[in-house]
Amino acid sequence: MGRQFALWLTLLAAGIAAAALAQAVPPAGSSDVGPATAHLLGLAVVVVLAARSVQRVAALDGRRWYGTATAALFGLWVLYFWQIGVTMFDVPRVLLPAPALIGQMLIDRWDTLAGDFVQTVLKAVLVGWALGSGLGFAVGVAIDRAPFLQRGLLPLANLTSTVPLVAVAPIMVMWFGFEWPSKAAVVVLMTFFPMLVSTLAGLQAAGRLELELMHSYAASYPRTLLDLRLPAAMPFIFNALKVNATLALIGAIVAEFFGSPTVGLGFRISTEAARMNMALVWGAIVVAAVTGSVAYAVLVQLERRVAFWHPSIRSK
Amino acid sequence: MRSKAIPLRERVLPVALVLAATLLLWYVGAVGLNRAGAVERVLAPQGAYSTGQLITATLNMERPVLPAPHQVVADLYRSLVDWPLDSPRNLLYHAAVTAQSTLVGFVLGTLLGIVLAAAIVHSRTLDRALLPWIVASQTVPVLAIAPIVLVILGSLGFSGLAPKAAIAMYLCFFPVTVAMVAGLRAPQRIETELMHTYAASRLQAFWLLRMPSALPFLFPSLRVAIAAGLVGAMVAELPTGAQAGLGAKLLTGSYYGNTVGIWSALVMSALLGLALTAAVAGVERWVLQTRQAA
Amino acid sequence: MNAPERLASLPHATASAPASAPASQAAVEVRCASVVYPSADAPVHALSEIDLRIEAGEFVSLIGPSGCGKTTLLRVIADLEPISAGEVLVNGLSPHQARLARAYGYVFQAPALFPWRTVLGNVMLPLQIQGRRKAEAEAVAREQLGRVGLTGFERKYPWQLSGGMQQRVSIARALGFEPKILMMDEPFGALDEITRDGLNEQLQQLWQRERRTVVFVTHSIAEAVYLSTRIVVMSPRPGRILKIIPSTLPDERHLGLRDTPEFMALAHQVREGLAAGHGSAPGDDAV
Repeated sequence: MGRQFALWLTLLAAGIAAAALAQAVPPAGSSDVGPATAHLLGLAVVVVLAARSVQRVAALDGRRWYGTATAALFGLWVLYFWQIGVTMFDVPRVLLPAPALIGQMLIDRWDTLAGDFVQTVLKAVLVGWALGSGLGFAVGVAIDRAPFLQRGLLPLANLTSTVPLVAVAPIMVMWFGFEWPSKAAVVVLMTFFPMLVSTLAGLQAAGRLELELMHSYAASYPRTLLDLRLPAAMPFIFNALKVNATLALIGAIVAEFFGSPTVGLGFRISTEAARMNMALVWGAIVVAAVTGSVAYAVLVQLERRVAFWHPSIRSK
Repeated sequence: MRSKAIPLRERVLPVALVLAATLLLWYVGAVGLNRAGAVERVLAPQGAYSTGQLITATLNMERPVLPAPHQVVADLYRSLVDWPLDSPRNLLYHAAVTAQSTLVGFVLGTLLGIVLAAAIVHSRTLDRALLPWIVASQTVPVLAIAPIVLVILGSLGFSGLAPKAAIAMYLCFFPVTVAMVAGLRAPQRIETELMHTYAASRLQAFWLLRMPSALPFLFPSLRVAIAAGLVGAMVAELPTGAQAGLGAKLLTGSYYGNTVGIWSALVMSALLGLALTAAVAGVERWVLQTRQAA
Repeated sequence: MNAPERLASLPHATASAPASAPASQAAVEVRCASVVYPSADAPVHALSEIDLRIEAGEFVSLIGPSGCGKTTLLRVIADLEPISAGEVLVNGLSPHQARLARAYGYVFQAPALFPWRTVLGNVMLPLQIQGRRKAEAEAVAREQLGRVGLTGFERKYPWQLSGGMQQRVSIARALGFEPKILMMDEPFGALDEITRDGLNEQLQQLWQRERRTVVFVTHSIAEAVYLSTRIVVMSPRPGRILKIIPSTLPDERHLGLRDTPEFMALAHQVREGLAAGHGSAPGDDAV
């Protein structure tokens, strides 16, 4: 139990030192000469204690949540040092705002950010992702029996992953206007090809024995598709859905960089950055980051239900 | 199942046919989409017109809704040939600017990724504290941070290549790190135990076993990384007054309504993407040619 | 397509006597069948002029070294591969018609269970494909699982079962729609010997009770002798039948039979036949 004791001791010491430093340091902007030497020493002490605490937690064995705890602790320390560093070294808030400021901005301007969220995520991303993935899946199933078309489309689809598809944003604006449909169109283009490739790969995933089994049952093509090949393709399809979620978010936001009405996460980020209103920019980024993580987590849960049988999901 | 080797002809023919069909559809689309504008601006003032005249008009408009393929090719050709290579009127100049930021960022990001991956694999603290954040960042639109990076670096005095390369760098870094960590951990227990019986040092085990095992993981991620870096470089060109680079060209084209120009820039960026990926694939083949198949 | 209806009208668990089938119609009839694969240097004769007649209710094993065509022969009968020459009849129908009529069940070397279906769901699969209603299919499936001794495992998933149990599910699935003929391609090959012995005994008892026609491919002499009423010894290059050995063992068998001199004599005959296959000319008489 000596190890446990050392761990708690380090955590306690780090916590106390951090709190003391936070109290001692004057608020930003109140000093012209920079941080006092004592404060710098205090900072060094806290850094060492923080590193030790993370190290000790990382060394723990036994429970599964120890790993998450280490990452969480690390994240908290990063936030703390961000806050303290910005305050101590008087970093101009147009350069790097303190986390507290960003938090405040999230609360103050939540209605603006909510509007941006609706515009970008609920409209452009969701519609584009669903439409693009759906089309990719449909085309994949449609050309399942046309190996000639597959051999023609598959190389081209693979090539599109090397091409910056977001560059079509200006053209989409020209065709569909400034509003969210043009961003959704970009997302459709970006998500279509990965889904097509994954669907085709997934449809080939059924084993040879299983296919011969269905053949021995004189099962029709639709029956074989429904009972065997589509279930076997689910891991691939979910993989593409997860990848597409990230692509969709990036695509919608970057498409807004190229021109957007006065609402949207991408618009918010680019215009507020030009106005040097960094706190709001970070606020929009936090919204985008949380959206991305939550969407991914939701898809992982869905995958666990549908493709529960796949070895990669069973082993978790 | 019999041999999977498909003869070249069988592989090229479908692709060629699909491309030809796409080209045909493009032409048909151009006629269809440009029709209203052509009738209004070109043909109606002249009075009656035939279908042939309609088709010619729609395929050669100055500000079409959808430029015809030959228009785009002609514009590209003119920009490449009529202007010297260092002139901003030459698309190759812009391609070079973008490529430069991409490649510098790519190389730096890859190196950083490999070094960090090696550190993570050998340090339990880093593995548990840092790696989850790097993995989680893959679900987050990291590109959205680009404007912030540009502002910070701009106010610190960095301009030109540096901020663009910085953005390309951190976009390349994430996929490479994740892939390298997986690759460095790929050796099976038997192989690491073998190295142990040889009393190999950690450095030897890293160089002789883990690095070679990691290469098959590294190269696919490099292809993803360079594509991401290219997008990052292009996005980075947007805010800074949009002076040089393909991203800038796209933006200015959309401001001035230069449709054909936008399409040329788009085609050029697609070609650049293909070229960069082909280069990475070439390096992959050169590095792996001495290895036997596992 | 009246085979399923005819079968459905038969009572389940009682054995249908072989005599109810017309005496002239064999379960499987192979006449001068050949399978030739074209290849770069010389065509490969996987099967060369095979003649074989299997009566209803027999348990016939095909045994031989790899490349002798035993699996090919089975697959030809099952309409999984085409013949290049000759004729194959299953219950008087061509293999294609027999497959569409669902006249046989096939058990592969690997269980080939669908991991997203429960054990019960897997056994129900062919029944559902044939259009039976869910409740009916479920009842039949439960019964079949009972017959292979897996009652209580219905809700489990395939990966939760051992290899032997998975193969038993595969057998239950093949029996579910009461096919007259059961074809098995080295079904126990991937299992350890102890499991294999247990499954051999179970299969033997199943056959005793129901007297279906079974065509069984194996490369284990003991297995062939233990299970069969007739043993067909084959040899490769070209694939042909060397010898057909009728079994002298009683119909009711138990594992202890394997140590009797009668058993060993039969095994010896098979072994001799196999040895003769190495380097003998084609055209050896079938017994």
